[in-house]
Amino acid sequence: MDSHAIATTAGEVHAEAHAHPAYLRHHFETVEQQREAASFGMWLFLLTEFMFFGGMFMAYLIYRNWYHAAFVAGSNTLNIWMGTANTAILICSSLTMAMAVYSAEMRRKKSLVVYLILTITLGLTFLGIKAAEYKEKFDLHHVPGANFSIESFVHPTSPRAIALAPDMAEKTQVYFSLYFAMTGMHALHMIIGIGILLVLVYRASQGAYTEGHTSTVENFGLYWHFVDVIWTFLFPLLYLISRYR
Amino acid sequence: MSSTNTIVVLPDQSTAQLPRKNYLNQEYGLKSWLLTGDHKRIGLLYLFSITFFFFIGGAFASLIRLELLTPASDLMSPDTYNKVFSMHGIIMIFLFLVPSVPATLGNFFLPIMIGAKDLAFPKLNLLSWYLYMAGGIFILSAMVLGGVDTGWTFITPLSTHYVNTHVVTAAMGIFIAGFSSILTGINFIVTIHRMRAPGMTWFRLPLFVWGQYATSILIVLGTPVLAITLVLVALERTTGIGIFDPTKGGDPLLFEHLFWFYSHPAVYIMILPGMAVISEVVSTFSRKRIFGYTAVAFSSVAIAVFGFFVWEHHMFIMGVSNYSALVFSLLTMLVAVPSAIKIFNWSATLYKGSITFEAPMLYAFGFFGLFTIGGLTGVFLGTLGMNIHLTETYFIVAHFHFVMVGGMLMAFLAGIHFWWPKMTGRMYPASVSQLAAVVTFIGFIFTFFPQFILGYLGMPRRYAAYPPEFQVLNVLSTAGATILAVGYLLPMLYLPWSLKYGKIAGNNPWQATGLEWQIQSPPLTENFVETPIMDHEVYDYEWLANKTAHEVETVG
Amino acid sequence: MSEHINHGNLGNHGNMDMEHQEHHIVGPKVYLAVFFVLLTCTALMTAVAFINLGILSPIIILALACLEACLVVLFSMHIYYSSKLLKLTVVAGVFVFLILITMTLSDYISRAWGLW
Repeated sequence: MDSHAIATTAGEVHAEAHAHPAYLRHHFETVEQQREAASFGMWLFLLTEFMFFGGMFMAYLIYRNWYHAAFVAGSNTLNIWMGTANTAILICSSLTMAMAVYSAEMRRKKSLVVYLILTITLGLTFLGIKAAEYKEKFDLHHVPGANFSIESFVHPTSPRAIALAPDMAEKTQVYFSLYFAMTGMHALHMIIGIGILLVLVYRASQGAYTEGHTSTVENFGLYWHFVDVIWTFLFPLLYLISRYR
Repeated sequence: MSSTNTIVVLPDQSTAQLPRKNYLNQEYGLKSWLLTGDHKRIGLLYLFSITFFFFIGGAFASLIRLELLTPASDLMSPDTYNKVFSMHGIIMIFLFLVPSVPATLGNFFLPIMIGAKDLAFPKLNLLSWYLYMAGGIFILSAMVLGGVDTGWTFITPLSTHYVNTHVVTAAMGIFIAGFSSILTGINFIVTIHRMRAPGMTWFRLPLFVWGQYATSILIVLGTPVLAITLVLVALERTTGIGIFDPTKGGDPLLFEHLFWFYSHPAVYIMILPGMAVISEVVSTFSRKRIFGYTAVAFSSVAIAVFGFFVWEHHMFIMGVSNYSALVFSLLTMLVAVPSAIKIFNWSATLYKGSITFEAPMLYAFGFFGLFTIGGLTGVFLGTLGMNIHLTETYFIVAHFHFVMVGGMLMAFLAGIHFWWPKMTGRMYPASVSQLAAVVTFIGFIFTFFPQFILGYLGMPRRYAAYPPEFQVLNVLSTAGATILAVGYLLPMLYLPWSLKYGKIAGNNPWQATGLEWQIQSPPLTENFVETPIMDHEVYDYEWLANKTAHEVETVG
Repeated sequence: MSEHINHGNLGNHGNMDMEHQEHHIVGPKVYLAVFFVLLTCTALMTAVAFINLGILSPIIILALACLEACLVVLFSMHIYYSSKLLKLTVVAGVFVFLILITMTLSDYISRAWGLW
C-alpha cells in the first residue's frame, strides 16, 4: 500500500480546511454545522437549567396548596412595586441583549459593545433592587434559619393583614425558604451571567464577534433570555397570585 | 444473509504491525494529556480515574463483607460501618457506575463509530473530566475528614438534622460530578445529531450509539433535579431554610420524590450503556446482524422514557398514597417489557450464529444470566405486596447488585476487553482473560445469591450485626467476594502487562463491522484519514467479507 | 422583518432535513414588538393582582406569565425560526417537567383518600 500517497491526501485535506474561516474548529466540516451544534448544545443546557428550577417550582406548587394561608400572609409582606420594577428592568435587559445579538449579526461593533454594557447595567440594577428587598426581609425577621420570628404574622400591624394561628404562622417559613431559594438561585444565575457579559464586552471591543462568528453572543443571549423567563414565573408566583385568600 | 453460515477466519496477527503514527504518540508529556481536546485521550483519562475510584469503592466493599463475616459488630463500630457502606455506595454509584461506560468507552468510540473526528465540544469534554475529578476530590475529602453516614440516598431529615458528618461536602461532590455527567450527556446528544458521517443515517448507527443516546437524554433531563435537591439539602444544613424540614412545615417525602426522580432514571443511566456494549459484543462474536435491530434501538429509548414514570417504587413503604403506589407499581412492570425485548433479541442473535468464546463474549454471557435474574427480581420488588416484605432487606441489596455489578460491571469489562486491542493496539492473553471472566461470574454468584435468601428470610440491610442463624450464608457471601476480588484483580494485571508484551492486534482482530474496526489501531488523532462514507448497512458481515484487505486504512 | 443569510451549502451530511434550518436574523422590529407586549402583560398582571377575583386571579396571572414566556422563547430566543429539532427539545423539557409534576401530584392528591 502506498502510504505516501495517503499522507499527501491528508495534507491536502488539511490545506483545504484552512480555506475555511479561522473560527471553524478542526473537527467540523462546515460553519453551518458548527453553528447548529453550538446552539443545540446551548438549548440542551437550558433544558437542564429548566429541570433544575423545575424541582423548586414543584415544591412551591405542593406547599402553596398545603399552607395557602401562610403563603398569602408571606406574599403580602413582599414589596410588589419593587418586584414589578425588577420585572420591567429584566424585560428591558432582554431587549438590549436581543439587540446586542442583532448588532453582532449586522457586524456593528460599537453598538454591540453599547448594548452589552446596557445589559450589564440593567442586570446590576436588578440585583441592587433584589439586595434592598433581601435587606428589608432581614430587618422584618423574615429570613428562615437566620432570625425568623412569627411575631408579625400572629400579631400583624397592617390593618389589611389577617392574623394567623401560631402553627400556621410557623409555615410561613416554608414560603420564605422557597422565596429565598428560588430568587437566590435566580440571582446567582444573573451574577454568573453578568460575569460572562464582562468577558463578552472585552472580547467584543476587540472585534471578536463582529466578523461573522456570532455563536457565542447568540448562545449567551439564549441564556440571558432564559433567566428572564424564569423570573417571568417567579414574579407572579411569589408576588402576585397569593394576595387574597 | 444470516442463512449462510459464516466461517470465522480471524486475521493472521503474526504479520500485524503497530502503526508508527497514532493518538498515543502524537504528542508526549503530561501537558499533552492534561490539556488535550482529543476524545480518545480524555476517554483514557476517565478510564484511569474511574479504575482508581472503583478500587477505593471496592476496598469499602471488602470492609463491609469482612465485618459481616461474624454476627457481632466486632471489626468496626456500627457508626463506622454506616460510614463504610455510605462511602461504598456514593463512590460506586456517582464516581464509577454513572460515568463508567459513557465517559470511557463512549468518549473513545462514539465519535469514531459515527465517523466524526471528535465530539462536538472537545473543551467541554475536557472540562467534564476536570469536574469529575473535582467531584471525586470533594467526596474523598468528605471521607478523609470523617465520612458520611447517611447512606448514598441522603434521606431527610436524617441528613439535614440528625447526623453530624460531612454531608455537605459529599453532596457538593455529587453536585459537581453531576455537572460532569451533564456535560458528557449534552456532548453526546449534539454529536450524534450533528456530527454523523455522510450516509450514516439513524438506522445505520451502531446500537452502542443508540444506547449512549438514550442514556444521555436521561442524564440531561434527570441530573439537574438531583442537583437542586442536593443544593436544598446543603442549604437546609448550612442556613436552616426549611423546604424538607417537618418542624417548619416541610415534607421529607418531597425530598424522596425529587431524589428518586433522578435516582431511578439513574439506574437506567447505569445499565443502558452496559446494554449498548452487549449489543456490539453479541453481534460481533456471533458474526450475525443483531436480530431485530430497530426493536433493540427503540427499546433503549423506551427504557429511557419509561424510566421517568416509575420512581415512586422506591417509596412504597414511606407513606405515599396507596392509589398512587398502585399506578407506579403497574408502570414498573412495564419497564420489564423493553428490557425483555433486548434479552430476547440478543438470544435470537445467538441462534445459528458462528459463536466463539473470547473473553468479551464470556463476560456478555455473564451479563445475560445475572442481568436477567436482577431484572426479574426487580419485578418482584415492584409488586406492592412483595415490596413491603422485601424492601430494606438484603433481597434488595442482592437485586441491585445483580443489575449493577452483574449487569453493568460485566458489560463494562466486556467492553474493555472487546475494545482493548483498538485502544492500545495490543492483545491481552486469551486464556487468562477467559479465566478471569469465569472467575468473576462464579465469585459473583457466590457473593450475591446468598443475599437473596438472607433478604427473603428477613435480614435487614445497613446493619453491622445480625442474628447468628444468618452466619452460614454470610460466610458464603464473604467467601464469594474474595473470589470476585480475584476476578477483578486479574484484568488489572494482564491488561497493563499486555501494553508492553501483548501481541500486536492489527486493525480488526475480531472481524467486527463497526467503523472503529476499519481504521488502524490505535487510531490516528483525528480518527480518519478522510471523512468516511457509510455505504452499507450496520452489522453487515457480508460487506466485511467482501472487503479487500487493502481498504483498511493505515498510515505509517 | 427577518432577513435571510445563506451560509452556503448545508453539506452532504447524513442528517434528516428536520434538523436543519437556514440561519435567520431577527430584526429590531420583532424585538421591540415583543418588548412592548411583555411590558403590557406585566402591567396587566400587576393590576389583576390588586383585584380579588378568587380562583380566577391566579389563572389569569399565570396565563399572562405563560404568554410572556412563550413570546420570549419563540421570538427573542428564535425558536419560531428554528429547526424542528430545537422545537422538539423545548417541548421535551416541558414534557418531562409535566411528568415530574403530575406523577408527584398523583401521590399528594390521593394520599389522604379513605383516611378521613
